[in-house]
Amino acid sequence: MQRAEQRDEVEMLALMLLIRRFEERASQQYQAQKIGGFCHLYIGQEAVVVGAVAAVRDDDYIITAYRDHGHALARGTSPNACMAELFGKATGCCQGLGGSMHFFDKKNHMYGGHAIVGAHVPLAAGMAFASKYREEDRVTICFFGDGAINQGSFHEALNLIALYKLPVVLICENNLFAMGTSVKRSTSLKQIVDRAEGYDIPGDIVDGMNFREVRDKLSEIVTSIRKDPHPAFVEIRTYRYRGHSMSDPASYRTKDELEKYRLDDPIIRLRAQLTREGKLTNEQFDALDKKAKETALAAVKFAESSPELPVEKVYDYAYLNGPMEPGRPRPADLEQKRREGAPAPKAQS
Amino acid sequence: MREITYRQALNEALAEELERDPNVFLMGEEVAEYHGAYKVSQGLLERFGPKRVVDTPISENGFAGLGVGAAMVGLRPIIEFMTLSFSLVAFDQVVNNAPNMFMMSGGQFNIPITFRGPNGPAHQLGATHSHATESLYANAPGLKVCTPATPRDAKGLLKTAVRDDNPVLVLEAELLYSSKGMVEPPDAEVLIPLGQADVKREGSDVSIICYAQTVPLAIAVAAQLEEEDISAEIVDLRSIKPLDEATIFNSVSKTHRAVIVEQDRPFCGVGAEVCYRIQKNIFDQLDAPIMRVSQEDVPMPYNERLEKFVLPNADKLMAAVKKVCYA
Repeated sequence: MQRAEQRDEVEMLALMLLIRRFEERASQQYQAQKIGGFCHLYIGQEAVVVGAVAAVRDDDYIITAYRDHGHALARGTSPNACMAELFGKATGCCQGLGGSMHFFDKKNHMYGGHAIVGAHVPLAAGMAFASKYREEDRVTICFFGDGAINQGSFHEALNLIALYKLPVVLICENNLFAMGTSVKRSTSLKQIVDRAEGYDIPGDIVDGMNFREVRDKLSEIVTSIRKDPHPAFVEIRTYRYRGHSMSDPASYRTKDELEKYRLDDPIIRLRAQLTREGKLTNEQFDALDKKAKETALAAVKFAESSPELPVEKVYDYAYLNGPMEPGRPRPADLEQKRREGAPAPKAQS
Repeated sequence: MREITYRQALNEALAEELERDPNVFLMGEEVAEYHGAYKVSQGLLERFGPKRVVDTPISENGFAGLGVGAAMVGLRPIIEFMTLSFSLVAFDQVVNNAPNMFMMSGGQFNIPITFRGPNGPAHQLGATHSHATESLYANAPGLKVCTPATPRDAKGLLKTAVRDDNPVLVLEAELLYSSKGMVEPPDAEVLIPLGQADVKREGSDVSIICYAQTVPLAIAVAAQLEEEDISAEIVDLRSIKPLDEATIFNSVSKTHRAVIVEQDRPFCGVGAEVCYRIQKNIFDQLDAPIMRVSQEDVPMPYNERLEKFVLPNADKLMAAVKKVCYA
């Protein structure tokens, strides 16, 4: 029994290292202009999603906001597919059609990757509604940031979730800033968890820099929800080391504040716990870290050498089972005809 | 065939689809215990129970999003908006979540959801309650939009929408809920494909292209035109998106003249798109510039006389037809 737990914790530490090293590479590649659009890094917050994943079943539903690389990696999406998605390549987890903010992986029950703040909280309600409708004991884990709690969709969703007693764990990853606006400047509450009280949803506060605390609290909650479907709210206090996105120097906070949190790093903390307990040697840790770095670098190479989707494929992802308009050939059919040597029919627009 | 109301036709479509597929559920404000604000869901709670026919609080964004989430994991929600004017509160869910998911996820998540409810200006409801939303929604790739004008079309299009694997808006005509028409008996499956227009009246001198509440208007005007020896063909679009270009082009190639009459406002409207496609594809067939009849480009006034002035009406349509016929 103890062995399993020990193995799990080392695995989870390795996962946190993978996320950290993957994101460092992503940051470097963004600066090298290999990655487009916006890119929001999760560095510093790794214990939140890894703690959650350690507490739930593989078939539970996970949905999050736009700071989503860590969530996909934690859920089991391959680092290659994640990096290729950032590069916009066909081998990406969404074939390069979603990008950094829209990671989806149906096979691993990762339901996005949603970039309109708060707009995915109603989706989580719907996923949990479906579980209850089908009388399954699945739990939906919905992550969002402290910025989401002032959005209307969040409030409507919380009321619906509480009203229908839906099996959702609402996880507020409170990293103290919604972009550059501190919680103190955005939210009238003394503490975020009090939002839950307004909807009669039980709430807890957890230290998000402590993997074990996150995992243990969520295990307890998820076990209770499986027995009897109900919502729960957890404010997980964490910190992002980087700016809101790659273009943000984060001048709205002090170096001292950042250093304070860096000393409380979730990876260092779990490593220290495991080392103290004799479950991890320095050599083992170094090997894990080396492997994480190698995996991240290999992902970059994979992404660089991957192809992009051909442009005409865009028409295939507007609707399932096209063609959109009767009589109009699907672009894929046109391509097929071209390959067969027939002249392409003239499409009307 | 038997004669039923537009409202009853929608009710039959809902009941038949709920009966056919256990993944289908109906959700919205007042749909269950109140039987629907317009009584479209009359009797469904009693027949299918509260799990399948679900009342919501007044939270359009919340329950529209709930529907999208449920569709992501395989249910087939029918989300009723009490009126499509209220869907504007849920615009982000309808326009930003439902139709984008398939592209963003690289084809992993299609969203088989139906959004439905009364649409278009009714009678003296003022500016906030009089929206025709078809051009707003037809503008978003990934959405399909249909606008039935008769009981049979309402039943057949709604049933098809529920079975479609993409998000579909069924924009019902608020003023036509009590109108009557012939529909097959309940045991005959009525399914009307999206993207098929219907020639509601054949004619040879001018094509009147219309949809939803402007269909009965066009039919009435065509009868008046007949007395003046102008033979009007009436093309009911039925679907705004996909748009049935072939039926439009065939009709206009025959009559060589077209008037588009829409319940919506003029700017960037459905008529603008139809007009563009006609001139681009069959310019040589036209004997006159295409005319559009729509609302005036102002928010809807409450005053009855002013509202009538703003809406498309028989006089405006007659005048437009005569202009293209040089009559």
